[in-house]
Amino acid sequence: MPEIAAAHADPGAHAHHPALQHHFQTLEQQQEASTLGMWIFLVTEVMFFGGLLMAYLLYRVWYPLAWSEGSLELDIRLGGFNTVVLIGSSLTMALAVRSAQTGAQKATVRWLLLTMALGLTFLVVKFFEYREKYLLHHIPGPNFQFEGPEAAHVQIFLSLYFGLTGLHALHMVVGFCILAVITWMAHRRRFSPEWYTPVELSGLYWHFVDIVWIFLFPLLYLVDRAHHLS
Amino acid sequence: MTTTVLPRVNYLNVRHGVASWLLTKDHKRIGILYLLVVTIAFFLGGLFATGIRIELTTPQGDFVSADTYNRLFTMHGVAMVFFVLIPSVPAILGNFALPLMIGAKDVAFPRLNLLSWYIFVIGFFFTLAAMVFGGVDTGWTFYTPYSSLYSNSNVLMTGIGVFIAGFSSILTGLNFMVTIHRMRAPGMTWFRLPLFVWALYATSLVQILGTPVIAITVGMLALERALGFGIFDPRLGGDPVLFQHLFWFYSHPAVYIMILPPMGVISEVIACFSRKNVFGYSFVAFSSLAIAVFGFLVWAHHLFVAGISPYSAMVFSFLSFAVAIPSAVKTFNWTATLYQGAIWWRAPMLWVFGFIGLFLIGGLTGLFLASLGLDVHLHDTYFVVAHFHYIMVGGAIMGFFAGLHYWWPKMTGRMYPNWAATTAALLVFFGFNLTFFPQFILGYLGMPRRYHAYSEEFQVLNVLSSAGASILAVGYTLIASYLVFSLFKGQAAGANPWRATGLEWKTESPPIPDNFTETPIVNEGAYKYSEREIEVA
Repeated sequence: MPEIAAAHADPGAHAHHPALQHHFQTLEQQQEASTLGMWIFLVTEVMFFGGLLMAYLLYRVWYPLAWSEGSLELDIRLGGFNTVVLIGSSLTMALAVRSAQTGAQKATVRWLLLTMALGLTFLVVKFFEYREKYLLHHIPGPNFQFEGPEAAHVQIFLSLYFGLTGLHALHMVVGFCILAVITWMAHRRRFSPEWYTPVELSGLYWHFVDIVWIFLFPLLYLVDRAHHLS
Repeated sequence: MTTTVLPRVNYLNVRHGVASWLLTKDHKRIGILYLLVVTIAFFLGGLFATGIRIELTTPQGDFVSADTYNRLFTMHGVAMVFFVLIPSVPAILGNFALPLMIGAKDVAFPRLNLLSWYIFVIGFFFTLAAMVFGGVDTGWTFYTPYSSLYSNSNVLMTGIGVFIAGFSSILTGLNFMVTIHRMRAPGMTWFRLPLFVWALYATSLVQILGTPVIAITVGMLALERALGFGIFDPRLGGDPVLFQHLFWFYSHPAVYIMILPPMGVISEVIACFSRKNVFGYSFVAFSSLAIAVFGFLVWAHHLFVAGISPYSAMVFSFLSFAVAIPSAVKTFNWTATLYQGAIWWRAPMLWVFGFIGLFLIGGLTGLFLASLGLDVHLHDTYFVVAHFHYIMVGGAIMGFFAGLHYWWPKMTGRMYPNWAATTAALLVFFGFNLTFFPQFILGYLGMPRRYHAYSEEFQVLNVLSSAGASILAVGYTLIASYLVFSLFKGQAAGANPWRATGLEWKTESPPIPDNFTETPIVNEGAYKYSEREIEVA
């Protein structure tokens, strides 16, 4: 622990920063702890999605035809649009972190608001996708209707589709709420180049949720599309 | 025992009132809060076990119906696994001792720590509600498709409770891991850490990697049960065995969440009470990590008769045997620590001896079950029940009590009467063996688990088992009584009643709110017994 030992030798350096909690010795120690905590949290998230992806993997190997059929039911234009929206929101989020780092307070707020707007766009598009599935009775359960020899297995595909995208959408909603709080804090000028950990960590979370979608989009929308290009 | 006075301001009396407890961010108080809830869950689980043992004193199903019996053993398992064994050592003793042992003021995220407790309590309330409104009858393993499609009991509500409580475990693991990485006092290098801290680190690893998987698995079960989604439903081509894989991917490592922290406790107590440094410190430390890692690779040994391929069964059988190696490393090192030590017969040490003996039996019978051929005979018999109770009660609970008796003077500032603690340790040890040893024989003779009635030839052994259970009940009640008694009438313990060498003994008992008056500077390892005793000699 050389860094902490060194920090102990110089306890007064940041002792008066308002964001320093009393059980930490220095602001650096606090930031390192928070960052490590966030990364570990993201590891738990990987395992969380991992359970569903394991089910996806097994059934995709068992029922390739149903996976092809089910995937073609999804709207690739809306899915593709949402992919672009999310990648764009990752850019704006990165710019928000950058602004916080350089102390550009107004720019931070602006980029955060734009990130939230893009996140909201994603959720609205997702809502219309779900709505279409509802109207077609493609939501798994007692009212599920699907024509074709693979109907039962397509129901498994769509169960996993709703499980995975639903869980992802839930993470988007949580991310949206976190960003709302961070934006408010940024607006109140609570961050400085010296301390902007919350912006950075919510950025990590936001990027993680984006990356999950980068996996989900091909896994769900692009199964066997190549054979059906017309 | 010197009769010193308690420190004037300590973490217990610095603030008063219910709100000061419910809003506390002090890791020591949060440890006590967990202790309260876990104690309630423990006696609740014990109540269900009582129902089971009363039913099984006679071969006929005459005390409760088969349906009620199913609910009794399920709720016993759910209460004990998710609300006692998993939180017992990490959340109670770990929360209390970890920051003290590494010389920190608190865990890395005190607010998150309190939130974890609230999440735990909310999960417990859901589970409790499920129990009150008729219970659940799937077995604590919630196997599909029975749990998802057919059971008429409160599977969903219990599942929600387990799901929620799981996040408490994840967040505690996360908190401890960051604490161990970032909050160590200056000079507290990794190889000066007490072995209990190493054990908590290994446990945290399992908690953060395993628990999310059970959460999502229970989530999928809930989607299937509540909304009719098809994931494990065989009518749609779903695979119930997938559920078993996902379930045990967590629930087998969960056994190591239960046993690793008590193993850490044993290392602490055995060094102190044999006045010797732990033999082979780094081997004991790394064996914790090895158990955590190997523990993730053995889950399918629960599925040997579920129709998995013989080749994967062979691999899983081999890996299950491999876990015995780090476990044996620990056991041998503890034994070697005792060798030529000055053994001090106080209550914590009695629990340690109980632990080592019972864990040895539990571990070795685990090897029987990991053998592919023998498992076909023993699967789903009382042999399995006896095996895992030797690990979980004989191991984990005994280790918990070793730790509780070791740190109780630190937690409360007061000593319990040694004669009562000795009596309780002996009662529990004999009661436990009388309860569960006959079950090995019953299982070997072929008595299946989870039935409320059985053939007459099994009655003698079952009566012995029920008799043992009543001794166990007396033992546990005795512990609760003298610990509560000690709060009011116990002698003041002083800062270091055991003359132990860890950092936690260098502060007052009970510790002051910030643990240490100034951050300790560490320049030696956690165990300095050998050197000290030589000096005395």
